[in-house]
Amino acid sequence: MADSLPTEFDVVIIGTGLPESILAAACSRSGQRVLHLDSRSYYGGNWASFSFSGLLSWLKEYQQNSDIADESTASWQGLIHETEEAITLRKKDETIQHIEVFCYASQDMDDNIEETDALQKNPSSVISSTTTKPLDSACLSEETHSLYATGHELPAKDTPKSDGEISLEVTDVEDTLAKEKYCGDKTCIHTVSDGDKDENKPIEEDNTDQPKRNKITYSQIVKKSRRFNIDLVSKLLYSQGLLIDLLIKSNVSRYAEFKNVTRILAFREGKVEQVPCSRADVFNSKELTMVEKRILMKFLTFCLDYEQHPDQYQAFVQCSFSEYLQTKKLTPNLQHFVLHSIAMTESSCSTIDGLKATKNFLRCLGRFGNTPFLFPLYGQGEIPQCFCRMCAVFGGIYCLRHKVQCLVVDKESGRCKAIIDHLGQRINAKYFIVEDSYLSEETCSNVQYKQISRAVLITDQSILKADSDQQISILVVPPPESGTCAVRVTELCSSTMTCMKDTYLVHLTCSSSKTAREDLESVVKKLFTPFTETEIDKEELTKPRLLWALYFNMRDSSGISRSSYNGLPSNVYVCSGPDCGLGNEHAVKQAETLFQEIFPSEEFCPPPPNPEDIIFDGDDKQPEAPGTNNIIMAKLDSSEGSKNLESPGKHLQN
Amino acid sequence: MHGRLKVKTSEEQAEAKRLEREQKLKLYQSATRTVFQKRQAGELDESVLELTSQILGANPDFATLWNCRREVLQQLEAQKSPEELAALVKTELGFLESCLRVNPKSYGTWHHRCWLLGRLPEPNWARELELCARFLEVDERNFHCWDYRRFVAAQAAVPPAEELAFTDSLITRNFSNYSSWHYRSCLLPQLHPQPDSGPQGRLPEDVLLKELELVQNAFFTDPNDQSAWFYHRWLLGRADPQDALRCLHVSRDEACLTVSLSRPVLVGSGTETLLLTVDKSPLAVEWRTPDGRTRPSHVWLCDLPAASLNDQLPQHTFRVIWTAGDAQKECVLLKGRQEGWCRDSATDEQLFRCELSVEKSTVLQSELESCKELQELEPENKWCLLTIILLMRALDPLLYEKETLQYFQTLKAVDPMRAAYLDDLRSKFLLENSVLKMEYAEVRVLHLGHKDLTVLCHLEQLLLVTHLDLSHNRLRALPPALAALRCLEVLQANDNAIESLDGVTSLPRLQELSLCNNRLWQPTLLQPLASCPRLALLHLQGNPLCQAVGTSEHLAELLPSVNSILT
Repeated sequence: MADSLPTEFDVVIIGTGLPESILAAACSRSGQRVLHLDSRSYYGGNWASFSFSGLLSWLKEYQQNSDIADESTASWQGLIHETEEAITLRKKDETIQHIEVFCYASQDMDDNIEETDALQKNPSSVISSTTTKPLDSACLSEETHSLYATGHELPAKDTPKSDGEISLEVTDVEDTLAKEKYCGDKTCIHTVSDGDKDENKPIEEDNTDQPKRNKITYSQIVKKSRRFNIDLVSKLLYSQGLLIDLLIKSNVSRYAEFKNVTRILAFREGKVEQVPCSRADVFNSKELTMVEKRILMKFLTFCLDYEQHPDQYQAFVQCSFSEYLQTKKLTPNLQHFVLHSIAMTESSCSTIDGLKATKNFLRCLGRFGNTPFLFPLYGQGEIPQCFCRMCAVFGGIYCLRHKVQCLVVDKESGRCKAIIDHLGQRINAKYFIVEDSYLSEETCSNVQYKQISRAVLITDQSILKADSDQQISILVVPPPESGTCAVRVTELCSSTMTCMKDTYLVHLTCSSSKTAREDLESVVKKLFTPFTETEIDKEELTKPRLLWALYFNMRDSSGISRSSYNGLPSNVYVCSGPDCGLGNEHAVKQAETLFQEIFPSEEFCPPPPNPEDIIFDGDDKQPEAPGTNNIIMAKLDSSEGSKNLESPGKHLQN
Repeated sequence: MHGRLKVKTSEEQAEAKRLEREQKLKLYQSATRTVFQKRQAGELDESVLELTSQILGANPDFATLWNCRREVLQQLEAQKSPEELAALVKTELGFLESCLRVNPKSYGTWHHRCWLLGRLPEPNWARELELCARFLEVDERNFHCWDYRRFVAAQAAVPPAEELAFTDSLITRNFSNYSSWHYRSCLLPQLHPQPDSGPQGRLPEDVLLKELELVQNAFFTDPNDQSAWFYHRWLLGRADPQDALRCLHVSRDEACLTVSLSRPVLVGSGTETLLLTVDKSPLAVEWRTPDGRTRPSHVWLCDLPAASLNDQLPQHTFRVIWTAGDAQKECVLLKGRQEGWCRDSATDEQLFRCELSVEKSTVLQSELESCKELQELEPENKWCLLTIILLMRALDPLLYEKETLQYFQTLKAVDPMRAAYLDDLRSKFLLENSVLKMEYAEVRVLHLGHKDLTVLCHLEQLLLVTHLDLSHNRLRALPPALAALRCLEVLQANDNAIESLDGVTSLPRLQELSLCNNRLWQPTLLQPLASCPRLALLHLQGNPLCQAVGTSEHLAELLPSVNSILT
């Protein structure tokens, strides 16, 4: 990275979370000169995904955060003119709290561990609840390990895709095109079906004939660290949601691949069961009686256009959705399915809100598969990066690890005119977009934040075993008593490219009432059992075992209105961090609203032009301009080639 | 600003598109011309393959070019070495696949593939099955591909069980799939062949029950999906009835023999012949239809020579053999009797238990229960209502008559678009019930008054009826098939909307005909009546033609033999 950046921009964006990245893409696409900065060393802010060791480093950083000494302000004070004043930005991130890590997998030391950085770290809060018998476990794990490691050479996501996969992807595109009329020429969402993907995955030992469960040790997890892509936020894409629409419209979808969530689960009477929600599910369900099938289908069909039948719900507008469901002849299991797994609402939610949520779920069905959700391969953290890439393609400049000291405000006009970065460089711009975690305590003194409780688990089995072990499931566990929050559980299999083979990555999310562990531990205990070397009773054996667990609270700034911040100039705009919801609607809405505020006459992320329609100003005499086109396409290709983009901007700068 | 991205305007884009299209059209037309010239000149070589592949690649529905390709390939077959030929076939298969990707529903392309595979000495059927699976993965309802799959499966002798499992997998994905259900209906009888004596094309009860459960799952999930209901109907349906002679009637007066068959045939065409023996010696006769038209008919008749009807013997035995149907029937005319007959009773043969039945009534009964349960949940589902009606008819048409009529009323209300069809269906069922009642009563008089009938059917079952009352219905015609009622003496059809009398023709015994209050608006409509030799009394009051001047004279002229015509 060059030491000095250009000093004139139209828009400076600080923070690379989802709303900032969408804004960056939108601004750059509409012809603005964009500088996109992040003080962190990775993209995405609290929307990021990490490899396992990356996550450990991230945790370490938070634990060391408090040690950072405040740098002297003198270095930049001199750059502020008399007619100006400075608004300092926050030096350290305070959005993550109450981190607790538990390791249950056996931590034998016999293995040759490469990721020293991760292992050396032994944070004080790590509690190993497993009492390992060193000899025993060492022997056992060595045995399983040697079995396991064979044919496991393919490195994680940096591997260039094989030709085979690419051509399969193309067929997928055609399929999607055939089914989805709305798609433009190239715009479409790549959904990868299981069959396609499996062919390209490394062939590993088939352990199915082995009755014993695979033992995954901690060192294996560390060794396969790069197989993991652990999201800080756990979200899914509604297939008719704003984010999907935006990805398609803007053609940013070309940078990502998705898988359909395969199962909607419910937790009822201590058991996990699959919820039939699509027509095919209901038809194939063995659990529902014929009449239940009809009643469920009838209710769901009604919900799809409930507005057309006010007579059916008008009388219950004052009631809660759960009371309303009781009047619809639905059997208790069907009521549970609709309330918790389809509408995914709290019992207390109103009839109208419940119907709205149900409708939203249902209208997403069938667009890309039999469930309404898509999950991005390699994790949710891909999505902000995709938008950054789009921004870079249209000329945006990217700098990570680039701190901003302060915003410079012109006293007379009251407008912000520049930033001063950690190198003391002054960069001028017309508009400034700041992620709220960068705002200083002073600016935020009046703000009340909510919190999100999160848990990340690595487990050895799925919470509901099925024919295929490659399932992506979502489950809402209703609160045991009213007043507390329902917990949303997302279970990802290894073919989502977020965890190593024979493990599952489980995300738990709810809005906080206490610390994350206090909020979530009871659900974790219901669904899982800690891994131990010793024999345990049979009932416990049926549950998946916990290998590793992380709890933390994340600040939820989504509901904060701009007016709560003190003394922000009118041309400084604030983006919030992740919200607690399942979809990404809040981030997309926020980005679009801010964009329209800044550039009321510009279109928000219009489809990019076809390469053959691109001509260059001043080249009127040769409108074909084949050479230049190729360059643009080449740049697109090269940026697509590497998934782990250090700085997408580089490709255009050199 | 120099060097910044600029996008073509929409006019520029449109112009570029237009030029591109023009260019394409030119190429297309010139290639087509060249191919036709070469074909005419008999130059069937590889260059034709190349040219046609360019055009077909873009438009696989150009059937003539596929023919052209077949001609070339046939020609090359004779000229090339086996190795060259194999290479040629390989390219052809690859080309066909690329055409199918352009249009997976192109008749010409699938047909060409069939043709090509059929000519190969060692076709690779496994690959073809895989191709079908792939195309059905993309569109599970592509019936072209289903057709081709059946062809391949038959050629490759794929076990029906495997194919059945394949239909299972597609129905699981989306049960709105006629092709898949239909294929099941072909495969299941193959998998579970019935003993020779049993009705062919039917399933053993355990299999039937499993299929019924599957299909019930479908229509409980989505009762508006027709494909499941059609399969349900097939499951409960009966096989085509065996060919049979239903009735044989001999009349001494008219010197005429009438025969009624179980299906309409065109006697004298091809293998359809009726042989008559009188007292065991064959007799050559001319067969004709009652209404004189040469078209497939249930009823055929012939004139008998006086010799075969003489009163010297105590009896004459008439036997008709239907060669194609492998059926025969015999009847006896006793000395001193005017007529003799032999017939199958509708009551014995359960002729009218519509398309359903043959299965044990317990199966039908439980299906009826399920459908009624569904109907309670979906009171307005037409498929469910119709199925209930059919099941009730199959179980016991007379017992359920009243209920059936109520269901018809509901059905008409929820499906007004098909009101006329439902009226006709209802008429058919009511007529069947009346025939049953008549036969139980062992009379030759049929009362069909006040039944809201809109159509007359099963008239071939009424060969022996002497008195027929059709008054107070909604009939608009007395159809040609009515001419089958050779014994009819009195016909009452007052208070209908009759405008046509085509069927009242050549009825040898008709004496009295009442047509009051109908829509006969001019005397010439009564022309057919002139062929009824014994017609003596004709009631025409309340018809439009009565208003016209000179009608009586006109009618007298038209029907000179009718004694009294009341207008």
